Amino acid sequence: MSGPAPWLAVLALAAVQAALFALVGAERLLGWVQTACASAGLPYNTVMVLAGSGLLGVSSAVIGSYAVLRRRSLIGDAVAHAALPGIALAYLMARERNFFLLLLGALVSGVLGAMVISWLRQSTRTRQDAAIGLVLSVFFGLGIVLTSAVQRDPSGAHAGLEGFLLGKTAGLVSQDLLLIAVTSANILLLVWLFQKEFLLLSFDPGFAAVQRWPVPALDILMMTLLVAATVIGLPAVGVVLMAAMLIIPGVAARFWTDRLAALLPLSGAIGLGSAVGGTYVSSIREGMPTGPVIVLAAAAVCLFSMFAAPRRGIAAGVVRRLQMQERVARQNLLRSLYELVEESPDSAVTAEDVAGKRSWSVADAMKLLRRAEARGEVRRTMDGRWTLTDLGLQRALDVVRAHRLWELYLVEQASIAADHVDRDADELEHILPPEMLHQLEDRLKQKGRWPEDRVPASVHPLEGAAREGR
Amino acid sequence: MTATQEKGIVEDTIASGAPPLEIHDMTVAYQRRPVLWDIDLQLPEGRLIAIIGPNGAGKSTLIKAALGLVPRASGRVEVYGKPIEKQLSLIGYVPQRESVDWDFPVSVLDVVMMGRYGRLGWFRRPGREDRDAAMDCLRKVALQDFAGRQISQLSGGQQQRVFLARALAQEARLYFMDEPFAGVDAATEQAILTILQELRSHGRTVVVVHHSLQTVREYFDHVVLLNMRVVAHGPIEEVFTEENLRNTYGGRLPLLEQAADAVQRRSV
Amino acid sequence: MDTVFGMDAIVFWIIATMALVNVTGALLGTFLVLRRMSLLGDAISHAVLPGLALAFMLTGTREPFPMLAGAMAAGLLTALLTHLIHRYANVPEDAAMGVVFTSLFALGVVMITRVASHVDLDPGCVLYGVLESAALDTRTVFGMEIPRVAVTLSATFLVTVAFVALFWKELKIVSFDPQLATTLGINADRVHYLLMGLVAAFTVAAFEAVGSILVVAMLIAPAATAFLLTDRLHWMTLIAAATGILIAILGRNIAAVYDAPVAGMASVVAGGLFLLAVLFAPRYGVVARRLAQVRLGLRISGEDLLGLAYRWQESGARTPLTASGALDAAGGGVASRAALWLLRRAGLLVKSGDGLRLTASGEERASRLVHRHRLWEAYLAKHLPLPDDHLHSPADRMEHFMDSDLQRQVEEQVPEPHGPSGAPR
Repeated sequence: MSGPAPWLAVLALAAVQAALFALVGAERLLGWVQTACASAGLPYNTVMVLAGSGLLGVSSAVIGSYAVLRRRSLIGDAVAHAALPGIALAYLMARERNFFLLLLGALVSGVLGAMVISWLRQSTRTRQDAAIGLVLSVFFGLGIVLTSAVQRDPSGAHAGLEGFLLGKTAGLVSQDLLLIAVTSANILLLVWLFQKEFLLLSFDPGFAAVQRWPVPALDILMMTLLVAATVIGLPAVGVVLMAAMLIIPGVAARFWTDRLAALLPLSGAIGLGSAVGGTYVSSIREGMPTGPVIVLAAAAVCLFSMFAAPRRGIAAGVVRRLQMQERVARQNLLRSLYELVEESPDSAVTAEDVAGKRSWSVADAMKLLRRAEARGEVRRTMDGRWTLTDLGLQRALDVVRAHRLWELYLVEQASIAADHVDRDADELEHILPPEMLHQLEDRLKQKGRWPEDRVPASVHPLEGAAREGR
Repeated sequence: MTATQEKGIVEDTIASGAPPLEIHDMTVAYQRRPVLWDIDLQLPEGRLIAIIGPNGAGKSTLIKAALGLVPRASGRVEVYGKPIEKQLSLIGYVPQRESVDWDFPVSVLDVVMMGRYGRLGWFRRPGREDRDAAMDCLRKVALQDFAGRQISQLSGGQQQRVFLARALAQEARLYFMDEPFAGVDAATEQAILTILQELRSHGRTVVVVHHSLQTVREYFDHVVLLNMRVVAHGPIEEVFTEENLRNTYGGRLPLLEQAADAVQRRSV
Repeated sequence: MDTVFGMDAIVFWIIATMALVNVTGALLGTFLVLRRMSLLGDAISHAVLPGLALAFMLTGTREPFPMLAGAMAAGLLTALLTHLIHRYANVPEDAAMGVVFTSLFALGVVMITRVASHVDLDPGCVLYGVLESAALDTRTVFGMEIPRVAVTLSATFLVTVAFVALFWKELKIVSFDPQLATTLGINADRVHYLLMGLVAAFTVAAFEAVGSILVVAMLIAPAATAFLLTDRLHWMTLIAAATGILIAILGRNIAAVYDAPVAGMASVVAGGLFLLAVLFAPRYGVVARRLAQVRLGLRISGEDLLGLAYRWQESGARTPLTASGALDAAGGGVASRAALWLLRRAGLLVKSGDGLRLTASGEERASRLVHRHRLWEAYLAKHLPLPDDHLHSPADRMEHFMDSDLQRQVEEQVPEPHGPSGAPR
């Protein structure tokens, strides 16, 4: 699996693009776009800005999703900060604002920062969080020192390096935007190419290694793509907020889907939407900085997802919890009623009796009884007491039977049952093989704990239990 | 095994007569503390082999070091007569359940399909054939109805069976399984056992890290008793004796522990 | 005021201010680093921005008290939201933190640019700090002219020291094992949020002076440095604080030489000191570990050579032990050569004729070594009955590590130290 073939393919991809670029030239390429815009009646500058920031939004969201899933979200933050000294150094060496060189410098120092984090975590006593924080602050401190040297340099006073701190899409010229767009497209292309490999690397690197995939090399590739996305984002959204572009779309998308194949496009779409929306809003409203507006847009989507997503959202969770409580209360009521009936054959009880059986208040017991009445499980007798209907008795029998089997199972098979303690009792027959279920039933009968049917049974008890459990 | 599975095995990489797994003089240290001393092992083909020993005896480490997942301080490992690094395509692996994030957004079928990635190679996407093979493996562990579920919605036993199905999809000659019976329900335990026996009947070799002494005799043919070093290994009926067990568990070899401490202290 | 303690007053106050920041940061950072929460400092220091903006919008002033209150509220909110999102929305903790602090920072930037654009809450100064000019903005306290920031920072410092001293026991247990803390009746949550509140207060008090980057650096670097140097909590706290002071002095002076921003340079110095600790820490340093490995390798090779020579002589072999033969037997390579050279220099082994021979002192050392080896073999043979050919190698290795205590215990278990192998191998 190792072999140099995939890496040669990546290099070839880069070479072809570089050759094309040299042949055509940025000027001519942009000229074509300009003509196309003119003929379509679109404003060229706006199209360029939106295309650049949109592609940036997609690529950072996609590669950032992997970081989120691998619990490495904040490495993006550190890398964004670690890029600053590279930018300043590139400027000091080139003595001019060559956007490509600045980004190359940023890439180099960003990758260096990421590697320092891995090294500190693996070969020293420093834990990952401290390593991230150290790289972040120390590299950035170095960046500040170098930037001040740039600003003291007569040619550097207007280098525009401050733009990298908070980001400013307005300051970018067409060539810059082209570079951002091309890099983003390449990141997406590589993620698409290495889809299967990245999935395996993220989910189970140990298994990947046993399958002969070159795990360290893949890891470095993924890291480099993360740094590349970060670096092209810096001039647009700035150092601090770049982390948000990487993290928030992935977190938001995770609420809606359980499949990576769907999560990546969704995360990309959220990145695209917030980048384009944010850029647009800040271009029409005076004094609205681009980066923060993009991030706030993404944060709004994330907040919405967090509450409203169907399965993983907080609202869905609350509903589920309420339903669960309701179900447990209903089962407890039926069990209490049955057990009271089992003890006293006169078979009608008061709400006080029920409340006494559980730690319920009488009012609670009344409420539950009324609800059960509405379901037709209990009815009031002439003297205001409560008794199970036939339907209620049948359901109570099922509940009690399942519950007692479950108790017995937990007691007698505790060593293998540890796995199921959080399970619902009436799922029993899905979990246990039939022979074991029959054994347990026999044991229950031996112990005299098998609930006796007091009315002629209309269905076989176990079938009834199985049907109820579904 | 299906016909494709038989076909998938590259016969020429298996030197005739060489044992499926041979470990020579392997020592492994964590943080410079030796956890395995001078392991020498030669395992027979077509058997179910249990590695047993007390907690901290290095059972999982033995598997991981053999596979190269943790570095070996010394020693060499051969699979069918060649270094294991060259023979990984013959190996199937079931890691411990806790080794991955079960909240990861993949479906049951996705995970099983990963077993096929090895033979797909770079860039190629799994196709219909791989999907069918993966579904076959899921059927073997009776999880075909769960193929589309996200993996966190499974019980622990079902998760373990997913890992087993993934290993089956690797179509290997030699399987390493790290505690597949740990914390699983009765149904899963039975299902796993059935599959192990089926693998054996097809001549596969399965090395299992096992924690329950009660079931060793019933489930396995061959046993490796481990406590930082190999105390004994061989067919169950010869080796699984009270004395050997006492040597493995009872003796505890406190001085061996202390010696490991000494090594760590001196080499920090 | 021109001089303080014989120092230029401005220089003195720059260093003193920064030392206050660094020591406070080091004290708080110790517990953040130990609890693997270093990045909460980073998160909080960014997330206080909307708190500051809100405080300004409500009061219309930049007085320290409302600012501090706003920031503490925002800081606690960060910690709380991170926890809630992690807990109830099932988002990994680091991602939750990333979402919360970047969103709050973005909100803060928008609030500032929208509402308070005429105030000098310049984002640049948020990152860099204005230590140099802050030293000039003084007020008189007890007849002494003290920079305004130094007054606030002293207060933060004193509160932090009091907090750490008062809650020392609780902090120790909570950092070590929050669950244990809960069973001991210590409210881990309360200690946690107190710590977070202090971190937020510290962040605000400090960042006007030194910028948020140095705040983050000081919450992590001194503590992470100290963590490499000691295993004891009280030493870690003290070393972290001392490192903080050292960073202040070095940072100011190096910055002066290169005419660089003090806060930026101090972060670089902090990184430099940390790197020194990573490389040269006595126990956990990279160099120390590597050296120990080399020394161990040399010792093992040397002892192997001695043992070999001893067995050779003991066996009464006619032919002399040649140097090349001995080197091969000891594993060959540079390590064995170096070991042989060391043995000869120490006078344990001499060259006589065309062979190697033990000196008297060499023979004594070697006999002790071989004794240990055979003891260990006997121990293994007694407790792990294995075929003889399996015995040599582990015993071979173990003899190098057996100290007198272990040897005594083995002797107790193996009363008659006679090895199964007396003959040379």
